[in-house]
Amino acid sequence: MSLASQMMDFFRRRSKAVQGGGEKALEKQVAMGKMTARERITTLLDRDSFHEYDLFVEHKCSDFNMDKKQLAADGVITGTGKIAGFPICIYAQDFTVAGGSLGLMHARKITKIMDHAMKLGLPLIGINDSGGARIQEGVNSLAGYGEIFFRNTQASGVIPQISVILGPCAGGAVYSPALTDFVFVVDNISKMFITGPEVIKTVLGEEISMEDLGGARVHTEITGNAHFFARSEIECFEQIKKLVTFIPWNNRKRPDSFPAKPPRAEFDIEKIIPLNPRQPYDVRDLIRALCDESDFFEIQEHWAANIVIGFARLNGDTVGIVGNQPLVLAGVLDVDSSDKAARFIRFCDAFNIPLITLVDLPGYLPGVDQEHAGVIRHGAKILYAYSEATVPKVTVILRKAYGGGYIAMCSRHLGADFVFAWPTAEIAVMGPEGAANIIFRTDIAAADDPEAMRQEKVREYTEKFANPYIAAANGHVDAVIGPHETRDFLIHAIEISRDKHEPRPEKKHGIPPF
Amino acid sequence: MEESTEFTAFVIDDSEYPTRLTKKFMRRTPYAKPDPRRILAFIPGVIQDIIVQPGQRVKWGDSLLILEAMKMRNDVTAPHDGTIKAVHVKKNERVMKNQLLIEFD
Repeated sequence: MSLASQMMDFFRRRSKAVQGGGEKALEKQVAMGKMTARERITTLLDRDSFHEYDLFVEHKCSDFNMDKKQLAADGVITGTGKIAGFPICIYAQDFTVAGGSLGLMHARKITKIMDHAMKLGLPLIGINDSGGARIQEGVNSLAGYGEIFFRNTQASGVIPQISVILGPCAGGAVYSPALTDFVFVVDNISKMFITGPEVIKTVLGEEISMEDLGGARVHTEITGNAHFFARSEIECFEQIKKLVTFIPWNNRKRPDSFPAKPPRAEFDIEKIIPLNPRQPYDVRDLIRALCDESDFFEIQEHWAANIVIGFARLNGDTVGIVGNQPLVLAGVLDVDSSDKAARFIRFCDAFNIPLITLVDLPGYLPGVDQEHAGVIRHGAKILYAYSEATVPKVTVILRKAYGGGYIAMCSRHLGADFVFAWPTAEIAVMGPEGAANIIFRTDIAAADDPEAMRQEKVREYTEKFANPYIAAANGHVDAVIGPHETRDFLIHAIEISRDKHEPRPEKKHGIPPF
Repeated sequence: MEESTEFTAFVIDDSEYPTRLTKKFMRRTPYAKPDPRRILAFIPGVIQDIIVQPGQRVKWGDSLLILEAMKMRNDVTAPHDGTIKAVHVKKNERVMKNQLLIEFD
């Protein structure tokens, strides 16, 4: 064969393989409002940066006439490329090829690119769009899933793992995204569930649509399984591009530094906190008043909104921010908000991202439903995560820091490196009303005018304890600072903590209250 | 998206905080003390068979009905001695979790 004919043969083979499931299937994909797997990769990655591998991989199944079926690239595209100059490993399931179903070779392509990502120390992005296991391949397809889950777990805390759900992701398949760090979903396109509407109907008689069972809104608002919600695939890719700039390639690196920029003028820190200590405000405005360019990249915005988590930059460097949100449920800790914060803290700790905690909470959410849902175990996760973290930890107590909530929110006692408090801080076992009612119960009951007595005792307690100075006198707070000084104190604290070294007892791993 | 936009007074340790409530918080079911006289479905399923009738005396451990769920026939037994006051389900009826099945006197 001449070189020319070899090249012709090669081009013919390649052009056939990149056709995926063929023209009709591709048209169907577009008709569903979805991009094709290849379009997704080229839209997400920097122009011409994608390099594909394993295009000619074929399945080995011969049962059920599968030997007569050729599946282009076995239904998944794998390769490496760059996002905003950052190198990444990526795979995208191709729904046009046998419904993106996962057979053994399909899975082996995924595990191969995962192994690359681990060896090269690069983030992994997985685009999921699959009908599930390739049933013809039987247990081999289950083996494929298992091999992926195993690698997701090995890679956890070593390289950032991002899952993008752009189609169905059902049954066992959902466990790969669940094991990864960030899950992106798109309205009307993403569907995630363990058992689908049909099974639920036959077994339990409950009728529900796929969207209501496991659509994008469900997972961003109700379950917390997803971290980012987008209205379109394009918006979703923009979110991923932004996320990548905040995180390092792997756990041996720091996130990249950017030029330092001041917060925008419209976020005036002096004007955000209301004069009345009980009035709510949006803690995100406060974060924007503190961080570079007032650019706060929020995570899980719509779930457990009583706590706010996300990335921002201080003086050009990435920080992870955890803040109680007085605007929602008075900013209490509960089952969901504890889970949300704890996982984020562990991500930051694993990937060398300093933690900033903004405290303003009245405590834990009371209620039978919370207690019976195991708020003890869930609440303990946040204590565990903060105590375990060895990245620089800086805490600012803004207003209320009561009881167990004070301890949990990265207090000095859980190993905060620096604890600052505003003059408005109230660090106490509980709020003045509750405390006065208990301490002065007999005085109040014995008084001629119990209500007047109660008011007086509340005032007395407030004056004595509702301030940061007792905590400061005991060294639990390092400095009482004004709001206008906060950014400077934070930047300095992070800067001097760059080489922080805090050894922990040697162990295989801890046993967090999962 | 998740929370209401109205501020509600939220009381924690006798202090009142105006704040927004989440849908999840508003939808929570108030606690009800379990009533041993009311036998509820512990799992959603289909009533395969009803063994007792109103007025019948039963002893602890006697079968009351068979609730099929997840392909298993669950023998629902009396949690204590007593008299059946009412049977609230029919044979082949599909029941939801925590639906009232049988009442004791």
